[in-house]
Amino acid sequence: MIMQKGFIMENIMLEREEQIIYSLRSLYRANGYTQFKMSKFEEYDLYSKNKDFLISDGVITFTDATGKLMALKPDVTFSIIKNSVDADSYVKRVCYNENVYRMSESTHDFTEIMQSGVECIGDLDMYNICEVLTLATKSLSIISDKYVLDLSHLGFVEGLLSDAGVTDAGEVLKCIGEKNAHGLESLLGERAEKLKKLVSLYGSFDEILPALEALDVNETTHAALEELKEIAQKIDSENIKLDFSVVNSMNYYNGIVFRGFVFGVPSAVLSGGRYDKLMKKLSKKSGAIGFAVYHDRLKYIDRTKKVDKKPALILYSDKTDASIINEEKQKLAESGKAFDIQRAAIEPDMYGEIIDLRNAVKE
Amino acid sequence: MINIALPKGRLGSRVLEFFENAGYVCPSIHENNRKLVFENEELGIRYFWVKPSDVAIYVERGAADIGVAGKDILLEYSPDVYELLNFGLGKCRMAVAAEKGARFDASQTLRVATKFPNIAKDYYRSKSVDIDIIKLNGSIELAPILGLSDVIVDIVETGTTLLENNLEPVETIVEISARLIANKSSFKFKNDEINALAKKLEELL
Repeated sequence: MIMQKGFIMENIMLEREEQIIYSLRSLYRANGYTQFKMSKFEEYDLYSKNKDFLISDGVITFTDATGKLMALKPDVTFSIIKNSVDADSYVKRVCYNENVYRMSESTHDFTEIMQSGVECIGDLDMYNICEVLTLATKSLSIISDKYVLDLSHLGFVEGLLSDAGVTDAGEVLKCIGEKNAHGLESLLGERAEKLKKLVSLYGSFDEILPALEALDVNETTHAALEELKEIAQKIDSENIKLDFSVVNSMNYYNGIVFRGFVFGVPSAVLSGGRYDKLMKKLSKKSGAIGFAVYHDRLKYIDRTKKVDKKPALILYSDKTDASIINEEKQKLAESGKAFDIQRAAIEPDMYGEIIDLRNAVKE
Repeated sequence: MINIALPKGRLGSRVLEFFENAGYVCPSIHENNRKLVFENEELGIRYFWVKPSDVAIYVERGAADIGVAGKDILLEYSPDVYELLNFGLGKCRMAVAAEKGARFDASQTLRVATKFPNIAKDYYRSKSVDIDIIKLNGSIELAPILGLSDVIVDIVETGTTLLENNLEPVETIVEISARLIANKSSFKFKNDEINALAKKLEELL
């Protein structure tokens, strides 16, 4: 019976997930993005060299008939890059909705994660950047009306890191990601001042851009600040907050990076940024920017709402005429009610209404 | 309403004092009863006591918006949270301890008993030492005495327990103290409240 309860819960959640998937897809299509369908399997080689691009967790691998090591696709971006072409003034816009497969590092469980997203690859300009950012905020607004997109610029972070004379950024970046000002201080001492200020900043473009002027120390930070200012002018930044604790790996990302949060979900549901460096690693000349929406995290939404509508139960027996059951089914289906058909009510409490047709025979 | 997860025990009581000095009082928490959740509706706060090692989980998963956890827990579980403040309370260190005067043959795998396998693994990996981790849940000091392990990796406060068992700290891995952590999503949606609280606490440090 437990299985049945699970089924009913999932059914209700699935509908919501599907709704979001369809709305996202139509949003992306309406912006000129074409659907990209890919194979579930890729050669492991594609990922092995750039494993830390995958945000976390391991890749599930197996060997094919020829002994080649294959992977169950842990990520979509790689496959899209592989199929991209370098050309001047050309930008390829793709969207996808795919399952990816990961192995949790802590529990070694296999997981299947539904992801939607867009990638914009090619000779990028400011228009493309703003387009992707706008799509990210619109994607969040489809999921929930209370949302925030945190935006950071790795150029600015990089500039301040070099200003502070940081060569091995690993530990420092971890502290930046945690907004850990005291940690930065213990690592860098007095050199941490500007970085400490940077991680404490959080707010809209209007609030934060002036504060960034004071931290603008070299060419790298200056270029980043100019780009942020231009973005601020060109997009509707209502739900965008500048937050420099968004640090995706600097080995792959450069320029703007962002993360989306919706109310009620404890971790980011959207993550993306500009990843020209990854393109270079995969021997592509083009720039690239994109993001993914993690549908598995959305299960937190609606969890708080109890399932108040219990399904109806149609009870029948060998004597019951099939056409009567069908009539009842149709009535329930038309009224939009969930229902179950059984010969006995094993757990009567599970049902909101019991329609007993066990003795119903056609006259 | 801000949900605050506090670690049960001595550290938690001291941290609560901090919160109260900052103005976040909650009289009902001092009543002697078996309640688990204490609320001050006027101030918009709700405290609850949880096992110290669980604070990070409550905060990471958003059941608590903020919480207080030892750096040891944060290093061991690497939760995806913001670390906003160092209380400087509950100061101690994560250390390697061994039987007094013990010397180890570098040609053999070092057996390490600990409650913190990830911290121990990271530490020895950074030194390229081959180790065999023995995860224990308590009475770590017993392991070297009975020959279960060569060394232990554990929290050392005064070192008295070690001394009494003829052990001594040999290396310090990292200094530990209590930290204020915040859920990343809560930080966005309750930004003003969390910032105000963190600021008031910081002024007391």
